[in-house]
Amino acid sequence: MKKKDKDFSDKIFYWILKILGYGTMVLLAALVVVLLKVSFPIFEKFGLKFFILNDWNPVTRVFGALPFIYGTVVTSLLAIVIAVPVSIGIALFVTEIANSKIKKILSFLVEMLAAIPSVVYGLWGLFVLVPWLRNSVEPFLGKYLGFIPLFYGAPYGVGVLAAGIILAIMIVPTVSSICREIFYSVPNLFREGALALGATHWEMMKLAVVKSSVSGIFGASILGLGRALGETMAVTMVIGNRPQISPSLFSPAQTLASLIANEYNEASNSSHLAALTAMGLVLLMVSLAVNTFAKIIQKRFQMRTGVGK
Amino acid sequence: MKSLSSALSFNDYRRKLINYMMIGLIVLGAFVALAPLFSIFYYVIERGYHNLSWTFFTSLPAPIGESGGGMGNALLGSLKIIGMATLLGVPWGIATGVYLSEYSYGKSSKTLRFVIDLLMGVPSIVIGIFIFTVVVRPMGGFSAYAGAVALAIIMCPIIARSTEEMLKTVPIHYREAGLALGIQRWKVILFILVRGKWGAIMTGVVLGVARISGETAPLLFTSLNNQYWSGSLKDPTSSLPVQIYTYSISPYEEWQMQAWTGALVLIIFVFLINLVIRSFFSNMRDSRD
Amino acid sequence: MTNLVEVNNLKAWIGEQQILKGISLSVQHNDVLAIIGPSGCGKSTFIRCLNRLHEEIIGARVEGEVKILNENIYGSTVDPVRVRRQIGMVFQKPNPFPSLSIYDNVAIGLKLAGIRRKSALDEVVERSLKQAALWDEVKDKLRMPGTSLSGGQQQRLCIARALAVNPPILLMDEPTSALDPISKAKIETLLQDLKRYVTIIMVTHNMQQASRVSSKTAFFLLGELIEFGPTEQIFTQPKAKLTEDYITGRFG
Repeated sequence: MKKKDKDFSDKIFYWILKILGYGTMVLLAALVVVLLKVSFPIFEKFGLKFFILNDWNPVTRVFGALPFIYGTVVTSLLAIVIAVPVSIGIALFVTEIANSKIKKILSFLVEMLAAIPSVVYGLWGLFVLVPWLRNSVEPFLGKYLGFIPLFYGAPYGVGVLAAGIILAIMIVPTVSSICREIFYSVPNLFREGALALGATHWEMMKLAVVKSSVSGIFGASILGLGRALGETMAVTMVIGNRPQISPSLFSPAQTLASLIANEYNEASNSSHLAALTAMGLVLLMVSLAVNTFAKIIQKRFQMRTGVGK
Repeated sequence: MKSLSSALSFNDYRRKLINYMMIGLIVLGAFVALAPLFSIFYYVIERGYHNLSWTFFTSLPAPIGESGGGMGNALLGSLKIIGMATLLGVPWGIATGVYLSEYSYGKSSKTLRFVIDLLMGVPSIVIGIFIFTVVVRPMGGFSAYAGAVALAIIMCPIIARSTEEMLKTVPIHYREAGLALGIQRWKVILFILVRGKWGAIMTGVVLGVARISGETAPLLFTSLNNQYWSGSLKDPTSSLPVQIYTYSISPYEEWQMQAWTGALVLIIFVFLINLVIRSFFSNMRDSRD
Repeated sequence: MTNLVEVNNLKAWIGEQQILKGISLSVQHNDVLAIIGPSGCGKSTFIRCLNRLHEEIIGARVEGEVKILNENIYGSTVDPVRVRRQIGMVFQKPNPFPSLSIYDNVAIGLKLAGIRRKSALDEVVERSLKQAALWDEVKDKLRMPGTSLSGGQQQRLCIARALAVNPPILLMDEPTSALDPISKAKIETLLQDLKRYVTIIMVTHNMQQASRVSSKTAFFLLGELIEFGPTEQIFTQPKAKLTEDYITGRFG
């Protein structure tokens, strides 16, 4: 064997990849640290009151996050409430009802839904969805269900309802594709068992498919929630951007993300900028927590059933 | 025992009815969910095509009140920003994916994979804030560079995970066959594994590019916007998504119509990429089987 | 006569599990050594230790000495890449590199080692494919993907790939177990020819194959070398009871 100078190329390559790979970890840490550093003065000044203060005034330098947290949570929950049943329906349709041709087309269309950029959703929401809500849906709901606080008030069009619907449309692809994978992973034995007992097609889907996938569906919903919480452009364009807490779905509101999109460039002073960054930090931490939670649920689901992605 | 052909009881009818109702509801729900897709297509085409002309691609926006004009600067800006983001994000993403698939194992690999998934879930506006703080402020202003860095950060985890998935499908004995030939590991990885999966890896890359080409939020306070042609990459730079946003929330109808045309161009671009990739990919699959 | 390969007290682990428990044997030029034994006895691990491929497995560890032409390949200054360049290897499943042509599959070892001259590569490709008895079947379609060949042809392509770097030693890990009987026979015939160019160390679970092809046989059981000697002697008058039991099919 020839002994020549030792070849270091493998070591160099390894270290380049390792540095780039772990760069992502450094990046995530940097995100948290930088946002924490910039927003620190706000937490120093307001403490935990920052989260419960229902007031936002850059001029008097009073910054409370409550209306934005409220707006974010309400719009996202509304989106989940609309999107999850629809997504389960789509997934059932694809896995249990449709023939292979319809299955292909439907999956393709749902993926197209996922490919539409957020700003285009916003544009469509602003000029198509909002007028429709203002002129048809909201007056109708107000007339017949106006006694419920949810449907009380003037039909603005822009507001929580519009934002919730847009978000629902945007997260349907995510939630339905995970549900689809989960349903595919349900063993056929379950289905046959249910049918053999004399269950109807629907009863089979309900008992054998959906019931055995509950925790998986829950995980998918949490992932959808994670996407909805941070979605910015489409929401900003249809929510009306008014920081207020109102029980009505018709009233304008504002989310953490839409507040940042609206005001960050025009921040009047450093504490305004710090407060907006603090909003970003809240958004970041919530998204990290929600995604971690979704991962844990997914893992549990996989461990228990031994199936799934 | 009742004969099989005996009359159905009331309960059987009820169950049958519920069965048909629920299946009907599911099918209806699926179509309702897709209605926005068709509505978006319809309106983007119907309102967007009027202004679609050569000038739209080549000229600057018209001043307020005047019709005509285009988004030439925004299109060029988008190309610049996406191009630079690709130069930065793609090598980084591929390298990370290769590291995950070829060198990383056990607990540390699980952690790294988890972190990359988390990074994928970070709201893009938060990345905008981050880049504003660490790039825009130190550089003294908004720039195409800053926008590109923000988009690269969004792109990297997507490409890393898709590259990893693709390389994981290569059976281990190909790696061993390469090593047994006395080829250095890095050459085995690059010239046998990555080269063998090049088509699939590039698919992930192109889908990543399609994904970031519609991103708006991270550009709002990194590359900002510009009503004119940007002189250099260090200047605020207009981009198609930001321009669509700015115009659509403006009070002027001419601008709103321009936003629709911009949306049409953006959608065509994104969908063309998706379609081409999809057909390419399914062809490749077909020829394999 | 000097030993081409000399193994002294070779031990190997994966994680906590010890796979080889101190193997010693030697191989001379132009031997064909067959390694037999029931599955899980460490025969694959043994040949993977001879070209330092075993250590590429996560958690794998090797102790002991493997001398090739009197130099320990586990010496601290030895680069495993250089070791492997001296030793060809053929795997259980035919694995020509996907997306590479037949030509490139054979030439890749040299190409990636930095040899670019086309005439030199052409020459090597032709020589290796001829040695692997594949040249006549593929000489008109060298640009076709390697995966377009049949299973038996693919395996011969892999043999050509291993021969291209002109190694003095060829390791084979059950090279015919994934093939149909006709391809199997072709490869066995080929092995008779290959003896002239290389020393072959092959793992096989097929005792007829071992007795037909090899000049020496080693019988492994549970990570230990039970018996090692000329093939004829092992098959006709084994010294150890275990060997006899195995060869007569009483277990394994």
